[in-house]
Amino acid sequence: MNWVDDWALSLGTFLPAVGAAVLMFMPSGSEKLVKAVGTLFAFLALVAGVVVLARFDFSNAGALQLQVNESWIPQINARYHIGIDGISLPLFVLSLLVSFLCTIYMWWHIPEPGKPKAFFAFVLLLETGMTGCFVALDLILFFIFWELVLVPMYFMIGIWGGPRRAYAAVKFFLYTLFGSLFMLLGFLALYFTSDPRTFDMIELTRQGFSGSSDLFQNLVFLGLFLGFAIKVPMWPFHTWLPDAHTEAPTVGSVLLAAIMLKMGTYGFIRISLPILPDAAVTFAPMIGILAVIAIIYGALCCLAQTDLKRMIAFSSVGHMGFVMLGIATLTDIGINGAIFGMVAHGLITGMLFFLAGSMHERFHTRDIPALGGILQQMPKFGSLLVYSAIASLGLPGLAGFWGEMLALLGAYNPHPELNETLFRVLMVGGGIGTVLTAGYFMWMLQRVILGKVPDKFASGHGIFDVVRLEWYAWAPLLVLIIAAGLYPKLVLGVTDGAVQTLLGALGS
Amino acid sequence: MDLAQAIVQPGVDWHALSPDIVLAAAACVVLIADLFLPEESKWLAMPLSAAGILGTLAAVVSLAGEHRTTLGGAVEVDTFALLFKGLFCVIGLIVLAMSFGYFSSGRYYQGEYYFLMLCSLLGGVVISSARDLVTLFIALELISIPAIIMTALRKADVKSNEAALKFFLFSVLSTAVMLYGMSLVYGITGSTKLNEIRGAIATSADEPLVVLSVIFVVIGFAFKISAVPFHFWAPDTYEGAPSPVAAFLSTASKIGGFVGLLVLMFRAFPEVADTWRPAFAVLATLTMTVANLIALRQQHIIRLLAYSGIAQSGYVLVTLALIDPSRPEANAQALESAIVYLAIYGIMDLGAFAAAVAFARKTGTYFISDYSGLWSRSPVLATLMAGFLLSLAGTPPMAGAWAKLFVFAAAINSEVYWLAAVMGVNAVIAAWYYLAVVKRMFLDAPEAEDPIEVPYLLRATMGVAALALLAVFIYPAFITSLADKSLL
Repeated sequence: MNWVDDWALSLGTFLPAVGAAVLMFMPSGSEKLVKAVGTLFAFLALVAGVVVLARFDFSNAGALQLQVNESWIPQINARYHIGIDGISLPLFVLSLLVSFLCTIYMWWHIPEPGKPKAFFAFVLLLETGMTGCFVALDLILFFIFWELVLVPMYFMIGIWGGPRRAYAAVKFFLYTLFGSLFMLLGFLALYFTSDPRTFDMIELTRQGFSGSSDLFQNLVFLGLFLGFAIKVPMWPFHTWLPDAHTEAPTVGSVLLAAIMLKMGTYGFIRISLPILPDAAVTFAPMIGILAVIAIIYGALCCLAQTDLKRMIAFSSVGHMGFVMLGIATLTDIGINGAIFGMVAHGLITGMLFFLAGSMHERFHTRDIPALGGILQQMPKFGSLLVYSAIASLGLPGLAGFWGEMLALLGAYNPHPELNETLFRVLMVGGGIGTVLTAGYFMWMLQRVILGKVPDKFASGHGIFDVVRLEWYAWAPLLVLIIAAGLYPKLVLGVTDGAVQTLLGALGS
Repeated sequence: MDLAQAIVQPGVDWHALSPDIVLAAAACVVLIADLFLPEESKWLAMPLSAAGILGTLAAVVSLAGEHRTTLGGAVEVDTFALLFKGLFCVIGLIVLAMSFGYFSSGRYYQGEYYFLMLCSLLGGVVISSARDLVTLFIALELISIPAIIMTALRKADVKSNEAALKFFLFSVLSTAVMLYGMSLVYGITGSTKLNEIRGAIATSADEPLVVLSVIFVVIGFAFKISAVPFHFWAPDTYEGAPSPVAAFLSTASKIGGFVGLLVLMFRAFPEVADTWRPAFAVLATLTMTVANLIALRQQHIIRLLAYSGIAQSGYVLVTLALIDPSRPEANAQALESAIVYLAIYGIMDLGAFAAAVAFARKTGTYFISDYSGLWSRSPVLATLMAGFLLSLAGTPPMAGAWAKLFVFAAAINSEVYWLAAVMGVNAVIAAWYYLAVVKRMFLDAPEAEDPIEVPYLLRATMGVAALALLAVFIYPAFITSLADKSLL
């Protein structure tokens, strides 16, 4: 089984890109064939993901497994080094799963102007960039995957997006590019300071930078912070997100929310914390404060939104705030909660964006005040919306609960070097945020689901309940939301070992 | 000393000179063949030229891995020289493919054009291995003078004449300044060999005259590579010249200038690097920033590419601002990043020009507004163009990302952080105008519906160039391993 171990991760990462290349050279005549090929490659990648799951040694989740370490650019000692541990495994599998579900959804619907060939190719290219980020163990490799998502997402928003798509696409592109340059600056500073010079994350962690000056560590941390924080996005770097989400086509929003945002938080956990632990302790209070501002600010913005998609986008800002709060506590509980929060947000918000997109296809509007009585017209669809919304607001028993709960719990008792009082205040702030979150979701449900059907839609013309393809695309997410909620060990059992290893580097 | 003894007949290593000789011979064959070819088969000059360049490429490959010095040290064939000779050959082939349709439509002087282009290319091939002031100078002029005539080939067009005249005047001026600097260098050091000049300067390093002469030489080169504030000729010249010639100027001519500059700065003048390094830092900052800001406002694709090309020169100039002989390792990295940048730049810039030429052949327009909805009119052309532009912007999945990353890394290695930051900000500004064209092609609705057919030769050339950029993106060691072996 040796070659399986060597190739499973690479196949999962690169099969989608191969699929994109195949699609490019296919005639665009047969739409069915194009869709079949695109879905096939996403499926094959998912199969590789399942193989990774099967070959992963869960009893040793703290160690990096299935590693491949080959020479790539010898001149700067950048290597093709990939591997997976308990932190990256859930995200890796989630990326492959959600991308595959997106390709299924695309059988049902591809927005104007059609062109399935290009649409599938961009989704697949995006998938490679995202999954690659979660397995890369070399900073240059990570950077390349990180940048790789820009172009396909730009085109997805720009070509298939809503009315202000051009603006949103450029804003997304330039904003992220700007952040990633500072991140690159940080990577290079690490490289040139290490001895022997290396981009290898494991090697850099081992070398440690405690010997370097505080100023150096803090500056590098800030550089990385800027890159990651824009991607997450943390308040006040979030302004690209509502535009990108609102204008993106459904599948683009789903991928953006479910996976791409996690690249930023994952970067903090995988790169910033272990390589620069001292600076992490220095900046943790600041990150915590920004995170709580994001939670409260996101919730308040949600209350003010009338566009359903824009509301979900702002709710993402809040949820990612919980994830960042968990990370900022620098504790076992907090970071486990953060990873759980990332997975849960991926499942739930992905689902919510699917629903918002499908709703738009039926009503041709996402304006909350204009909608109403969905439960009467489409009982199944309405129930799914209720289910996803209450999952998102953190009802116990569903996935959304654990991430928030553990983040708050971690904040009660943060890393010993952090200010306990501050973090307890932050915990209270986060707690208020959960109340506000419940508030805006319930208010939205009340207006959209309940009440009576507006006259405009009373005829029921073009309005139909959940169709079969939608069930196929959504069922796995729906099941996982409740599974992870009832049995959180599903995720925590995998992540905990790796988080312990990580905290070893932080010295607690 | 007796004159007869002073002039020593140097031994000639014919194999080392074979690329230059093959190309010179090919140029002569094309010129003579053109005399005897009947009007309707003048186009044969193009395959003939291509064969000549392929022969040159074969000669370059036959020398791979060698290190030879000949003509008394005036010519040195090493990996650096061979890499650039090879690059010039590739550029020549791409420009030939772009020119074929353009010149064979009967309006222009085909035979003469191909002869002139081969001569200019010969200048590039010679300069790659020139390690002597006189050889360098002659090679540089060999690049420029045929290029001036090529610019003026559209004789009936006022713009073409204006372009050539501007180019000519600026070229003459810069040559005069450079030559003055070179003569001062010779006067101070008593030698035209770069190695000997370096030695002589090391012993008289504090002489202000040395610095003055270096500055003159640098200014001369700054015109050739169109660095701000010596760039004024470039956009007008590119716009007026036949567009394949503009592509040639923007790549072969510019890279030729850079090769000369790199050789001089790394070989001849490093001992006084402390005095001229700041000048390059200023030149680089100005060139990147000014060109990128002006490029934001361009409506004409060739002018956009002209300013983008100027800005790209700025990134290469950054590497010259990093030269420090006291830190050999950082020095080597600066050179390596410059080589990687120039090689990748040559291909991606030509690709973008080729796409513009292909578009103009069918539609007759160079205005960016006419690119609206190109994607639905010609998916292949739009995809290729977008690929080249994104590569110029430095985003994956194209090789341009590595070009920028390597220069960026070199700047940080030399601890010139502010220049790295300037470069980073400029990369974001530049992304804006490259994306603006991409947006037109993909996001906007087409104004005309008729599909655009790209000539087969052009399409194949662009496809190969794009695949090469993609391959280098996936496995950059293709180029970095060569650049790593290229020492000066």
